[in-house]
Amino acid sequence: MSNLQLQNVTKEFPGVTALKDVTFDVQDGEFFVLLGPTGAGKTTTLRVIAGLTKQDEGSILLDDEPVDEFPPAERDVALVFQQYSLYPTMSVYDNLAFPLRSPMRNLPEDEIKTKVEDTAEILRIGHLIDRKTAHLSGGEMQRVSIGRAIVRDPRIFLMDEPLSNLDFKLREALRVELQHLQKTQGSTTLFVTHDQIEALTMADRIAVLNRGQIIQIGTPEDIYDRPATTFVAQLVGTPRINLMKSQRENSTLQIEKSDLHLPMPPDCGVPEEILLGIRPEDIDIEPGGNFSGQVALTEPLGVETVVHVRSGEQTLVSLIPGLVNYRKGDNVKFNIHSERLHCFELDGNRVQED
Amino acid sequence: MATFNEVGPGKPVTESSRVDKLTPRSRFSHGMRAIIVIVIAIVILIPIFVMVNTAFKTRPEVVSVPPKVIYTPTLEGFVLLLTERAIASPATLEQLKAAAAEGELGLFDRIALESGQEITGPSQYVTRLRNSVIIAGLSTIASVVLAVFAGYAFSRYQVKGKNDLLFFILSTRFLPAVVVTVPLFLMYTQLELHDTHIGMILLYTVFNLSLAVWLMKGFFDEIPTEYEEAALVDGYSRLQAFFRIVLPQAATGVAATAVFCLIFAWNEYAFALMLTSEVARTAPPSIPTMLGRGGIEWTAIAAGSLGFLIPVVIVVFLLRNYLLRGVTFGAVRK
Amino acid sequence: MATIKLQQVEKKFGDFQAVKPMDLTIQDGEFVVLLGPSGCGKTTTLRMISGLETVTTGTIMLGDRNVTWLHPSERDVAFVFQFYALYPHISARENISFPLRAQGESKDVINQRVQEVAALLRIEHLLNQRPGNLSGGDQQRVALARALVRRPEAFLMDEPLGALDADFRETMRAEIKQLHIDQNATTVYVTHDQIEAMAMGDRIVVMSEAVVQQAGSPHEVYYDPANLFVARFIGSPGMNLVSSVYSQGVVSIPGTENRYSVPDGWQTPINETLEGEGQIVLGFRPEAAQLKTDGPLSGEVYASELQGAFSVLHVNVNTDDIVHIRSDRQIDYPIGTTLRFDIDPQMVRFFDPGTEAGIKREVSQ
Repeated sequence: MSNLQLQNVTKEFPGVTALKDVTFDVQDGEFFVLLGPTGAGKTTTLRVIAGLTKQDEGSILLDDEPVDEFPPAERDVALVFQQYSLYPTMSVYDNLAFPLRSPMRNLPEDEIKTKVEDTAEILRIGHLIDRKTAHLSGGEMQRVSIGRAIVRDPRIFLMDEPLSNLDFKLREALRVELQHLQKTQGSTTLFVTHDQIEALTMADRIAVLNRGQIIQIGTPEDIYDRPATTFVAQLVGTPRINLMKSQRENSTLQIEKSDLHLPMPPDCGVPEEILLGIRPEDIDIEPGGNFSGQVALTEPLGVETVVHVRSGEQTLVSLIPGLVNYRKGDNVKFNIHSERLHCFELDGNRVQED
Repeated sequence: MATFNEVGPGKPVTESSRVDKLTPRSRFSHGMRAIIVIVIAIVILIPIFVMVNTAFKTRPEVVSVPPKVIYTPTLEGFVLLLTERAIASPATLEQLKAAAAEGELGLFDRIALESGQEITGPSQYVTRLRNSVIIAGLSTIASVVLAVFAGYAFSRYQVKGKNDLLFFILSTRFLPAVVVTVPLFLMYTQLELHDTHIGMILLYTVFNLSLAVWLMKGFFDEIPTEYEEAALVDGYSRLQAFFRIVLPQAATGVAATAVFCLIFAWNEYAFALMLTSEVARTAPPSIPTMLGRGGIEWTAIAAGSLGFLIPVVIVVFLLRNYLLRGVTFGAVRK
Repeated sequence: MATIKLQQVEKKFGDFQAVKPMDLTIQDGEFVVLLGPSGCGKTTTLRMISGLETVTTGTIMLGDRNVTWLHPSERDVAFVFQFYALYPHISARENISFPLRAQGESKDVINQRVQEVAALLRIEHLLNQRPGNLSGGDQQRVALARALVRRPEAFLMDEPLGALDADFRETMRAEIKQLHIDQNATTVYVTHDQIEAMAMGDRIVVMSEAVVQQAGSPHEVYYDPANLFVARFIGSPGMNLVSSVYSQGVVSIPGTENRYSVPDGWQTPINETLEGEGQIVLGFRPEAAQLKTDGPLSGEVYASELQGAFSVLHVNVNTDDIVHIRSDRQIDYPIGTTLRFDIDPQMVRFFDPGTEAGIKREVSQ
């Protein structure tokens, strides 16, 4: 396996800048996730790395060597697409063998057979080997796609939302399998997704991308606990983070249009007015709570319940364990974990801790 | 066994598909519509029915009034069509009869013998049918091969002035054939392409190419580019990816396009009449020339038409599934 | 508003049975969610209620009217589609007023009603826009307004959030539930997303393979799933289900040292179901497992996932079964670590592998 570096990669399409000065590196054996909404430039990044799209500026390095001039075939990267990448006219076996039969490799058939069978074993698709791909279910197809990437032992795996077309239960299962596979094989993987749960659960490190620019790079904990901007804060975590304008009043923080006065969090020092972020799980509804409000709505999700609590004109979303059923209008007391508050400038950037 | 989960409709249905239980009234109109369709079908099929029957009748049976519905089929028409005959001299006649008695005479010879004739060789019709096969076949292959590449390029590459080019290609179809036959005739005479196979093949290829390019572009558009890109990343060149991945998926499109080209080239009349005379003349303009020569040879004409129809019918029948898709293609695209 | 009653309703498409005969009563003002994987028959059921699909056999009552053979337009129900089905060539206002104009209401009434629903859904400022210029969420709001404006007997919604971004989905989910609480309209809502079903439904009807598997409150389907399918389908991740062997009050996982003593209240019903001993499925929710150094069960970490506020550990309890354990996010276990855990005796469940049905605990001791 190899490492990968992107240096100041810029790509423009007529009328839009798809990537602007994108720089990051993926370490040998790392599971690196590019997270961003639709149109952020994630797929373009993958295509540039694979050589399917040529960047305007900047450089791609594999194992510290520029590969900018190499055609896709010579870069030796494997690409798993969201869909459509299995060749419908071939059997599963031929699909898996296809990369090995390429003129770049041209392995003897018996060696191909061994490799294909080993891969099928790892992915538990051995029983499907003679089927036509048209007769596979979505999950099986995506397993075969992953198999086609694994079989040739590439320098790096590039995965373009490989799970997003699967139904939820399958996605959950494949997510775990993929993570296990990557960790046990030690493969370098660059995984693109718009799904924050996929990013948090699988990544060693995450790069958050928006409108062609990298917003933040960090471990899942970094991204979740110390989001660099309100954009990142809202992108990760479900239900979404509560974000409210707040003013400084002496040593307390007053949340606009509400009755809530919080003790001033230590690292929200300088500005008079900030955007305050509170994660739903940091609001605990408990009888002895310091704050009070009325229940606007409850959404029992199973393992936990989302409670919308009104205070003044603000509605706070709280996530509490277990299934509880409040009625609309119930008065509740709650606490806010003040040590886990997030403070942002009004322009969205995190207030710098010093 | 596949469960419904795997094979059932994966997409939500958003349009109404109400299937009402039929009221007696709508059942009646249903029946009426069916009857009308059947009647129209019969009316359309009558000429073909008459043609097939005529081909197997004897000359007197053809002109008898009222028409004979029940008759003994004969191949007389086909003999007239396919062979050159001469009135046999009495000596030859004896010989032939003797041979016939010993069962050494072919079917056609025996039929000719019944009207006192001997077969002297194959007729021109055979040559012309062969010309048709050569010209239509080769021009179809040429158009499809060219269209496959052109269509792929138009579908996948940013060609400068792509839309103008595509429109130009289509515009070659705007002119009716008859309008260009005279200039073509003059040009072909100058170029010594008149009455040559290669001339006709070229002409039909050019003429078919516009439709073929458009059809193939449509089929390629429907194949997601991800397939080729996957192959590129897997270590294949663009051309290899095209032949190994794209072309197999476009097989239905190729077949449909081929049928369209073949039918045009096979049926074409106006150009063939003007631009060929002896050597490269195809079947369509030669059939009417059987009129005359001391009476109208109805049975021969019918047999000729039938013989002319059969190859296309076979091809279309073999490729009927592709063809249906070819006809409906584009109807469901965004 | 009205009660909807389905009596032995069945739907066949040729030989294919899309919905096997089912009974279902939806109370006046109730929010019922039909939940299941694609192809389970939920949408067909909804379409039969709306009249977009005819029933093969059975009766559908709306209030005290038998509407089984009525045309959709005569049933007085409103249908909200996944892809909005807004008319693209006319403004939002005209879209919303369309059903009223079809009923021949006067201009004043129409204007007033459109204003009312627009205010309710907070889309007043969008009324003159064409649907093409609106975001997905706003388009669905307009579609909801079009359904609301008629004041129908019942609302039928077919995955109305399915086409929205995750972002909007969360917001719209709360909005639709809020709307329901305010309007108290009889609603049948179809979805394949169990979170949506849990969050919104007064009652959830879980369907699979054309059959109703369980109908109950979110609490019931979550804590007391009727069978293995429901247990697996509800929850994210679903309930852990481990094939085990029961004998004399102890459940053991074959091929391992894992033993779990059956809590009080379970022995008698298990004995009755299994007739003494035999194969059993041990079920517990990820949050019911507690990591404990002296826990009776153990396994190796297969993968661990940070899910934001918490982590999920995937633990191999034998070669085939991986269980999911919800744990504190601070703890990180590398793959291969051996863990011990216990199961909260209140939250453990048992299933009969033969019938796949849940075994019921003895009522109150």
